[in-house]
This record gives sequence, C-alpha cells and structure tokens, in this order.
Amino acid sequence: MNRTPLHAEHLAAGAKLVEFAGWEMPLHYGSQIEEHHAVRGDAGVFDVSHMLALDVEGEGARAFLSRALANDVRRLRRPGNALYSCLLAEDGGILDDLIAYRLEETRFRLVVNAATADSDLAWLERQRSGTLQLRPRRDLAMLAVQGPHAREKLGLALPELRAAAEPLEAFCGAGHDGAFVARTGYTGEEGLELMLPVARAADAWQRLLAAGVRPCGLGARDTLRLEAGLLLYGQDMDSDVTPLECGLAWTVDPASPRDFLGKQALLSRARRFQALGLVLETQGGLMRAHQAVRSSRGEGMVTSGGFSPTLQASIALARLPPESRPGERVQVAVRDKLRDARIVRPPFVRHGRILV
Amino acid sequence: MNVPDTLRYTGTHEWVRREPDGTLSVGITNHAQDVLGELVFVELPAVGRQVLGGDACAVVESVKAAADVYAPLAGEVVAVNSALKDAPGQVNKDPYGAWLFRLKPAGEADLSRLLDAAAYEKSST
Repeated sequence: MNRTPLHAEHLAAGAKLVEFAGWEMPLHYGSQIEEHHAVRGDAGVFDVSHMLALDVEGEGARAFLSRALANDVRRLRRPGNALYSCLLAEDGGILDDLIAYRLEETRFRLVVNAATADSDLAWLERQRSGTLQLRPRRDLAMLAVQGPHAREKLGLALPELRAAAEPLEAFCGAGHDGAFVARTGYTGEEGLELMLPVARAADAWQRLLAAGVRPCGLGARDTLRLEAGLLLYGQDMDSDVTPLECGLAWTVDPASPRDFLGKQALLSRARRFQALGLVLETQGGLMRAHQAVRSSRGEGMVTSGGFSPTLQASIALARLPPESRPGERVQVAVRDKLRDARIVRPPFVRHGRILV
Repeated sequence: MNVPDTLRYTGTHEWVRREPDGTLSVGITNHAQDVLGELVFVELPAVGRQVLGGDACAVVESVKAAADVYAPLAGEVVAVNSALKDAPGQVNKDPYGAWLFRLKPAGEADLSRLLDAAAYEKSST
C-alpha cells in the first residue's frame, strides 16, 4: 500500500488508518465529528497527498488542455487562475474530475483523484502530441487547510507563505520558493490548498498543528464535501454519466465553438436524470449510496449519503427523474423500510450556515 | 483488543453480562464500535417485547453505517438504556458500560452457549 510523506505524522497524531484507492490514509484522529465541526467553525488540515499533481508543460499546453478538458481552460486568463473541470470520454462519460491551475504562460497543473491517476495519465498521454510534457509530481505533498480561520492560522504557522496567500482571490493561487498555495478546497468553507516539496511537508504539518489547526481525516472530508454538495468521483459520477446528468452543466458549454473530447456526445445523448439533494425526514435511518428512491415522478438512486453533523440528519445526493423539483417528497429504501425524504438543491451547508 | 473476560459474547459482536437480579445486559463490543465509527443514533426495543435468540432488536447508526443488534438469547426486554438516545457516543467511549437493553431470559439462561472472551477474540480477528 502507498504511504504519503506525512504517514509518520498521522501515526504521531493518533490516526486510525484505512485503505483508500491503494493508499494508507487517516480516517480520523479520534473523532471525525469533532474534526467536521473544527472545519466549519475554526480550521482543520487534511493530507491530500494521495491525489496526483500532473504538470502539463510546453508550447501547445493550452491548446491541448482546451481539447482534453470539458471546461474551457481559456478562462484561465492569468497565471495562478484555477478551474474545475471534468475529463470526458468520447461518449461523454466522466473519466475524472480535476482542478486545473495555470502556473505560467505555458505551464499548467492538473490535480486528479488518486484512484484514477494512472488511467488519467494514460488517457492524456494518448491525446498528447509534439513536444508537450506530462510530468507527474509525486515529489510534491499536498495539504488542504480549511475553515473560517484557515488563512489566518496558515499565515501564523507558515509566515513565509503569508505574502503569497493573503491577497489571493477565490479560485486563485500563487507560487513561492518551490511551494504553491491556492484558495481552493472541498469543504464548503474558506481555505487554502498547499503544495510543497515532500521534504518540507512534515515541518509544515507540525507548524500548522502547533498553530491550532486540527488534523482531519477522510471521514470528515466526506461529510464536509457532502454537506457542501460537492461530488465524489466514483460515487456521484463515473464513466456512465455525463456532466449534464450530475449537476455539472455549469462546467461545460456544448454550444460553444470550441471542440473538446466528449462534446458531440453531450449534444446528442438524452439526459436521463438530474442530481439533487435529499434530507431524510425521520429521526434515525441512514441514506447511503445505491439505495433506491421512489417518487410520483419515477425511480431514482442515492449516489452518496451519510449523517450530516451540521444538520443532525441524514443527507444524500441522488439521481432523480429529470422533472423532479426541490420541495417535493420522495421515499428512500433505507435498510428494510421506506423512509420519507425531502428534495433540496445542494449545497446543504456553506460557510457554516444551513441553506436547506 | 479490549475484550473483558468477565463477559460473554456472540459472533455478531454483542456482549452479555448477567446482573445480580438474573437479567442479562446486552451491548456491542469495542471491536463493533470501532468498526462502525462514531455513533449518532441508537434505536432501542420496546420494553415488554418478547424476543427469540438471534432476533434483531436494536439498531446502532454511525456517520456512515447502520447495524442491527441481535438478542443473544430468548427472553423479554425488561429495560432499555434511554440515556443513549441523547448521547449515542457513549457507546464509543465506554462500550462495556453503555448497555443497550436488558433481557429477562426465558427459562434458565445458559450463557455457556455464548462465546467466552478468548473465543470471541479469535472469531473477530
């Protein structure tokens, strides 16, 4: 099993480790619920070094990504800009979701999921031509520092990065002395994501913890992203669905003149369902992936679910008939019972506030 | 692993303790709470319910999983630990103190048919 550069730090912080996509990762450090609340109310740090940073360099980098990514990299007008995008197969199915950063005029960085890193790299290699370089950056560690006090505490812990981090606008990043810091995240809170050389990772981690940033595991990462209505690749989306079917229409523009992989399929494929949120109306009962959903409009399926520590109720993301509307009632097959749930439009929680 | 040898166990991760009044307290083992993760909801049986050994009679739910708790032996539910409704996390903190329900066994309760600590430890690893 793979280990991140922070493995020893996880053990020292009392992590319960689990296997995730071939990596030994912290699930929690004692209480995933307390970690969740720490990110909603203060600051937490996640080791996300299992994800792969993949640098795309060379003259044709922008043209290459303009075709390879479903979202339009031409929106990255200046170095430092970041963009969320799907990587699509020819049939419009989603191969992965990623963040693309423009580092320099002709240098970009993609951050892709751990489970799909190898297949993404192979796919992009096949699309590549000319002098373009694809360079996996396993020499970098990645930390996500998230929460309303994340920026302030990162500035205290790592003062050398303060000048780069403080002026950042949302979805922008800046480099400093081999490190890169960006105002992005996967929690629905303010925060920063930090990439830095492996050799400097443990020191940065220790300084963040010393500044009062709480170590957080994959358990809290999942409940935070679920509350924020952010999709998880492999659960809420995969190669069987298109971005138009899982709430990611905002990331693609099939009507634009730009040609990109999967575009023709998006124009011709029928939309079978839409992605919306569910809140369980009964006390007890836990919505989980693959549970069947019934409504007056037809059948659906939960794609990911769990307990929301902020709402104190079970919430889920689900594929529902295209005509479904927020406010309507559905029934979810939770173990041996059908339980009532209410359709809502995600996010459930953003910046510490309940929105549904 | 924390498996007190003063208790009896089932293959489905319940522990059983005979109380001075002859009733049997039932809870879930340290291993079970560790696998489930932090509990956020506990559903307890109705007092007075008659159960057979192996009947599902309580539910424990964590942030990510739900599991049935089974009656280890036949009997009548004579008490439930209602305090857990507002503090399900107590099961994580003190799995062998936080009993879920008490059974008055039907007839002579033969606890020797349940697993002892060594046998449970062997079965759950």
